[in-house]
Amino acid sequence: MSTATPTIDHAAPPESGPRALVRRLRGGDEVAHLITLVFAATILLITTVMVFELWANSSLTRSKFGLGFFFSSTWDPVAEQFGALPFIFGTLVTSLLALTIAVPLGLAAAIFLAELAPRRLSDTTAFMIDLLAAVPSVIYGLLGIFVVVPLMRTTIGPFLKASLGHVPVIGDLFKGPNYGVGFLTASVVLAIMIVPFIISVSREVLLTVPREQREAALGLGATRWEATWKVVVPWARTGIMGSVFLALARALGETMAVTMVIGNAPKIAASLFSPGYSIAAVIANEFAEASGDMHRSALIELGLVLFLITFILNGCARLLIVATERGGGGRPA
Amino acid sequence: MSGLRLAWRKSLNGVMLTLTGVAAFSVVAVLFVILGFLIWNGGTSLNLAFFTQLPRGEGELGGGMANAIVGSLKLLLLAALIGLPIGLLAGVYLAEFGSKTFAFIIRYTTDLLNGAPSIVIGLFAFTLAVLPVKHFSTTAGGIALGVMVIPITVRSTEEFLRAVPTSLREAAMALGANKWKTIATVVVPAASGGIITGMLLSLARVAGETAPLIFTALNNQYWSPGWSQPSASLPVMIYIYALAPYDDWHRQAWAAGLVLLTMVLVANVGCRLVLSRRGAARST
Repeated sequence: MSTATPTIDHAAPPESGPRALVRRLRGGDEVAHLITLVFAATILLITTVMVFELWANSSLTRSKFGLGFFFSSTWDPVAEQFGALPFIFGTLVTSLLALTIAVPLGLAAAIFLAELAPRRLSDTTAFMIDLLAAVPSVIYGLLGIFVVVPLMRTTIGPFLKASLGHVPVIGDLFKGPNYGVGFLTASVVLAIMIVPFIISVSREVLLTVPREQREAALGLGATRWEATWKVVVPWARTGIMGSVFLALARALGETMAVTMVIGNAPKIAASLFSPGYSIAAVIANEFAEASGDMHRSALIELGLVLFLITFILNGCARLLIVATERGGGGRPA
Repeated sequence: MSGLRLAWRKSLNGVMLTLTGVAAFSVVAVLFVILGFLIWNGGTSLNLAFFTQLPRGEGELGGGMANAIVGSLKLLLLAALIGLPIGLLAGVYLAEFGSKTFAFIIRYTTDLLNGAPSIVIGLFAFTLAVLPVKHFSTTAGGIALGVMVIPITVRSTEEFLRAVPTSLREAAMALGANKWKTIATVVVPAASGGIITGMLLSLARVAGETAPLIFTALNNQYWSPGWSQPSASLPVMIYIYALAPYDDWHRQAWAAGLVLLTMVLVANVGCRLVLSRRGAARST
């Protein structure tokens, strides 16, 4: 067969020159390819320009403060002294605390949906959880202000103070006045917002674990929980880590809900009841009325930092999820 | 001894499995709590004036958010005009033409853009469309939302194009159609339902975005004619009204929240139902 084809090719020898080009263009495939390629390249262009704009527009503070920007806790737009430490602190504390609430909750729910619930119930519940992920963040902020903040001031806060406030080390986290707004409230609202992401990604990953794994464990006499916790979850752990990274990236970049309940005070405090500030919140609050080029440059530099952190986290998350779904990821321990 | 151990394992099994169920249902319960509060607080605050009147001054009773509703629609229109064509054609490229390396780069960049915090997209639109002309505008807000529409549209378009069976392409090719004709007249129409649904979902997602608007479209107490003036939008109005110290503004924030959430959830439920029905039809 392969010797027969060249004779056909000889009938139409490879063309070159302008006439061939016109013929190929008239066919349309090359043109269509080129047009879609240009649009695809636009995405690359937009992202590159975005990084460039953030970099170029933060040059003032980058050259004035250098790395000191990240270690100073003075934020004084009037004196043009800018340090990002309180905002980095607030962002990290609220995101990590949100994860400690959301990961156990989300993983448990994902286990229920993937391992225990009948298919129809699991699908319906997953559908509702996806809707939860679609609720705009300003709505979470609205509920945060009018529902979570009063609840924190009158019920949860006093309860935590009475129960954990006297425990030696942990007690320090619950000292000081409780205004309702602050790190803890922001973390709770954030946790509610990121739980749907953890559930839906973890559920998908758990569903890819081969059926034989469960059957083997059950056949050896394991209970349902032991089969799940000691076999299925370890198998899927890389993908579950991926979902946690995704959730962390979202939590770090979340703006409106945090801005509305964190209290907006650039403080570094041990108490979780203390009002704080986050990177995204300070940009949202101060950027539109930035007092000058230096102030604006400082806020843009904060945005650049936020972008780079989420870039790295999203990259890690994607690699982990792909690794598990290809089956080359976690092996049962 | 072994009987005791077995009893312990069995009770641990029961307790942990129950806890996972409790976790799942408490998360779903949050959705109903959100809906409940918005319907209760928003429903009692919603009236005709909300849809027909302009906002009143600080602390004055009454008024509505007619300009914010129109503003949100204008911003969405711009976002659709900017984001959907790029998203659609880039999606076609990835599914149909993409070379290995370049397609990988585009896919990766798309994910990067998708994961970028919305406030950073806002900063980008500011440097692009506000800084050079020195004033806030509807256009700047539309650009910010348009950039956010792109990655979601790309991924859904690519996914639905890939789901079109190879047999359809082969049939078209066998009839003598070349590649782009096959794509334009067979593949894209076959996937059109899914693609359009994906586009609607991406618009529903950016409809609720606040952070990219607060320093691009800013806000406006009045109508915003044309495209080059600051514009009010529902999400930004909710943000401002909820933080203001006036009870009547809080009432209107709840009403706006209800309207926004209804729009977003109806779009989501509708689109997802359509998608799952198509998925079911395909698999049977």
